[in-house]
Amino acid sequence: MNKPILGLLLGGALGALDGLSALASAPEVKPHIMGIVAGSMGKGLVAGVLTGVVARKVNNLAIGIVAGIAIAALLALPFALGTDPATGKRYFWEIMIPGSIVGLIVGYATQKFGQPVPQRT
Amino acid sequence: MTLPENVVAHLQEVLRAPDPPGERYMLHEPVGQGGMGTVYRASDRALGRDVAVKVLRGDVADAEAAVRLEREARILARLEHPGIVPVHDVGTLRDGRVYYVMKLVRGQRLQDFARGAGRSDVLRVVLRVCETVGFAHAHGVVHRDLKPANIMVGAFGEVLVLDWGIARVVGVGPAPDCTVPPPSPVSSQEAAAPPRDPETAPGTVLGTPGFMAPEQARGQPGLVDARTDVYGLGAILRAVVVGDTDGRDVPRPLAAIWTRAVSPEPGARYPSAADLASDITRFLDGQPVTAYREPFTERAGRLFRKYQTAIILVLTYLAVRLLFLVMRGF
Repeated sequence: MNKPILGLLLGGALGALDGLSALASAPEVKPHIMGIVAGSMGKGLVAGVLTGVVARKVNNLAIGIVAGIAIAALLALPFALGTDPATGKRYFWEIMIPGSIVGLIVGYATQKFGQPVPQRT
Repeated sequence: MTLPENVVAHLQEVLRAPDPPGERYMLHEPVGQGGMGTVYRASDRALGRDVAVKVLRGDVADAEAAVRLEREARILARLEHPGIVPVHDVGTLRDGRVYYVMKLVRGQRLQDFARGAGRSDVLRVVLRVCETVGFAHAHGVVHRDLKPANIMVGAFGEVLVLDWGIARVVGVGPAPDCTVPPPSPVSSQEAAAPPRDPETAPGTVLGTPGFMAPEQARGQPGLVDARTDVYGLGAILRAVVVGDTDGRDVPRPLAAIWTRAVSPEPGARYPSAADLASDITRFLDGQPVTAYREPFTERAGRLFRKYQTAIILVLTYLAVRLLFLVMRGF
């Protein structure tokens, strides 16, 4: 499996789980959970494939992890800055920190696993 | 006049040293000694390079030993592989002793290399030995004297299997023929006869105790096959991994690999050097090995060690989620 595909699958799965975890951390969002999961999964898919592309270009664990965190945090930021229309509350850190950790995991995984690019001779 | 002792010793050494004909090879100091021959560092004057010359030892220089050494050279010449020293030349000295010329290899014997290397580096060297021995088996040759002293780790990381003096051809491909006349001194009747087949006669024991398979130690050449070398490879693995320690810190799967390889019954061993190599590779990759059925706890531990970082990251994520949950409770 190549690295962008690995990032896509891992980012999508972790994003969906991250969205579902809102049921535990903020039960009042239950009526909107489908939208939250879809948004979180879409964010994970985009962040995952971008991180995978970085991993394919750069074979460096530190750069891969930093890229994963940065991409995930950037994509999570609009959601974190918004307020929940139902409750009017803002969940900035509840979205940013777990989202960034998911980016870290995807950054690590795409550097460590997945098919490397064949060396040009 | 009495010569000083050191002068006498030097003269004796010069007399003992072989004298290759034609003066192409100038012999220097001995660099190794096998069961049949002594290996000298030598200068090849024609090509201006250092080589190694293996000469039949004077005390074993009978017709059978000569045929065996010549056969060793022919077997080596046939086995073109990076793990086998290439042979350049073969010939007979003026005194009738057979010699052959090969590449001079500089490096450490495996037991010396293993003392200063990590376990995984040692296992990778054993893997290379398995590959070389497997190559020889594919060409119908069984080494029969595998031991750490016969493995050289070169200066550039090359791994060479040495001393094929008692190697046996076991039926795949043609055996190397012996066309060089038998060396003197032999009787005219012996000289007229075709070279004797140096194959080991039943009851004859050749090999090294501790590294020799039971069927070989019992002098049953008919039972010798690739699995005989698998035993030797297992014994090497055990020797270099355990080394001077009591072996208590050796992982059970690794110990199970050599335990299977050195099974007294050939049928219980790995069927080939390649199968042994596959299990060593699986061990190095953190995968389960075929020689060991691991309990659940050990399997969990192995998987945790293999995916340690990923597991810690996921646990961190869950811990953060839990932290927010707890904070929300307050």
